[in-house]
Amino acid sequence: MKRIDAWVTYLQVAPLALVFLLFLVVPILTIVVVSFFDYNTTSIIPAFLIQNYEELLLSPVTWQTYLQTLEFTVITWALTLVIGFTIAYFLAFHVRSATWQTVLFLVCTIPFWTSNIIRMISWIPFLGRNGLLNTALLHLGVIHQPLEFLLFSDFAVVLAYVHLYTLFMVVPIFNSMMRIDRSLLEAALDAGASGWQTLWNVIIPLCKPGIAIGSIFVVTIVMGDFVTVRLMSGGQTASVGLMMMNAMSLLQYPAAAANAVVLLILVLTTVAAMMRVVDIRKEL
Amino acid sequence: MKKNGRRKPAFWLLAAFFALFVLFLYGPTITIVILSFQGPSGGLTFPMRGVSVHWFGNLFEKQMVGDFAGSFERSMILGFVTMIVTVLVSFSAGLAFRKRFTGSTLVFYLAIASLIVPSILISLGIGLLYRVLGLDAAWYSSAFGAHLTWTLPFGLLIMFAVFNRFDRRYEEAARDLGATSWQTVRHVIVPILLPSLIGVGLFGFTLSYDEFARSLYTSGTFNTLPLEIYGMTTNVTTPVLYALGTVTTGVSFLVIALALVSTVILRRRRARYGSDAGKAA
Repeated sequence: MKRIDAWVTYLQVAPLALVFLLFLVVPILTIVVVSFFDYNTTSIIPAFLIQNYEELLLSPVTWQTYLQTLEFTVITWALTLVIGFTIAYFLAFHVRSATWQTVLFLVCTIPFWTSNIIRMISWIPFLGRNGLLNTALLHLGVIHQPLEFLLFSDFAVVLAYVHLYTLFMVVPIFNSMMRIDRSLLEAALDAGASGWQTLWNVIIPLCKPGIAIGSIFVVTIVMGDFVTVRLMSGGQTASVGLMMMNAMSLLQYPAAAANAVVLLILVLTTVAAMMRVVDIRKEL
Repeated sequence: MKKNGRRKPAFWLLAAFFALFVLFLYGPTITIVILSFQGPSGGLTFPMRGVSVHWFGNLFEKQMVGDFAGSFERSMILGFVTMIVTVLVSFSAGLAFRKRFTGSTLVFYLAIASLIVPSILISLGIGLLYRVLGLDAAWYSSAFGAHLTWTLPFGLLIMFAVFNRFDRRYEEAARDLGATSWQTVRHVIVPILLPSLIGVGLFGFTLSYDEFARSLYTSGTFNTLPLEIYGMTTNVTTPVLYALGTVTTGVSFLVIALALVSTVILRRRRARYGSDAGKAA
């Protein structure tokens, strides 16, 4: 009987494991293998070269691009964290009825289920040269020339990141906050802590797992992004993802693969560092 | 934090911040919905030059934009199949993870890895794999697999959260009454978890329907909808782009509304037909 049970369990998990094996593990291994291949203008040639890595790591362009991507990551992380925390804090501690909490939480979540590309495009009428913001500022007399940096700039890229990914902070932080025993807050109040002291010494430490999970999502997404940078910077700014895309369009698959391996190592190291703060299995 | 006490100033400050955030989330989308009804001579920004459905009509003319109808159909089919498979596979894996088995930690970390490995690497890897094997990538094979690597981790994590809160006494009661394991799953577990399964389905459909990065090198000859939209952003400068945005977002909202309404109906029915234990007059 025990043996049959064990078999049933394995059968139940097999489809999931198979998908991850075929479409995650094998493809990543393929990237690693191909990154050592040789290539010419028409085809890739099986070989074992470290030339792809040499060319990549010795180019100053690579380092600049990685720095640029890291800069976007840090700025986006800081902004989404502050905004996401504030929103979650409002929902968890200031909205009193459970129904309202659910409704407002859903209001924040619904855009996540709609198309990211459409949401990026939808900034055009707002930020464009003749967009709403420029028109309004001109009418108010704040500016005399339309602002050019609004659309197709680094500003637009960060704005789109915050627009698209703050939700990834809100949900896990809200989840952490809802688990905080409310009597702890009363205890802090009774012990004479001010609102800020309670926030800093009680709530934030107890939200650490949520903050870590949200940070992992935001950081990994921004590090691997290329669509947002491509669309919102109008092709003026580089990112690691775009670099790979360019190599792919030139059919330099091994070069793209080498870059992918470097990015993967960077992402995994960052996530490993963040995972030290949190045991994800305990958070569900 | 007294109930019914007067609101503190902090509340109003935070409420104003929240309202601004919601405006920030929805404002741009509302803008393009309005602009998609531009008159035939209107442009990408305000002012509105008349009101018409000209650009929606334009969307369905073959020569104007690439292949809207075809890519829309492909994305709908792919989203639907991804949804079904995501629900079945996540639910089945969720059942398995309630027991300890060799390799459970490995599978769990694979799911986490599937979430955090950047989408472009999955796309690139599957694209390269098909190339090395000499297979043709297609939206119904390689892109389907790529989408599952994104939807299944979400499905699995939701199932974990749900099963952690599941009262196993229902199952034991069913077994004590002589139900087989299949009957227990079919008549006890599934009905109780149905709202959450709908939630998993919602993730399955919408994440696949909107996925760009994981489709990029895996779709082969025929585009899915997000690829088509991306192509349009570089060469279309008329409000037909917004019409496409309105239609796409409309479909997403319809699916979200369907999921939410059915969840609410299920909960209501449960409240009505549920146990009346302890409620005797």
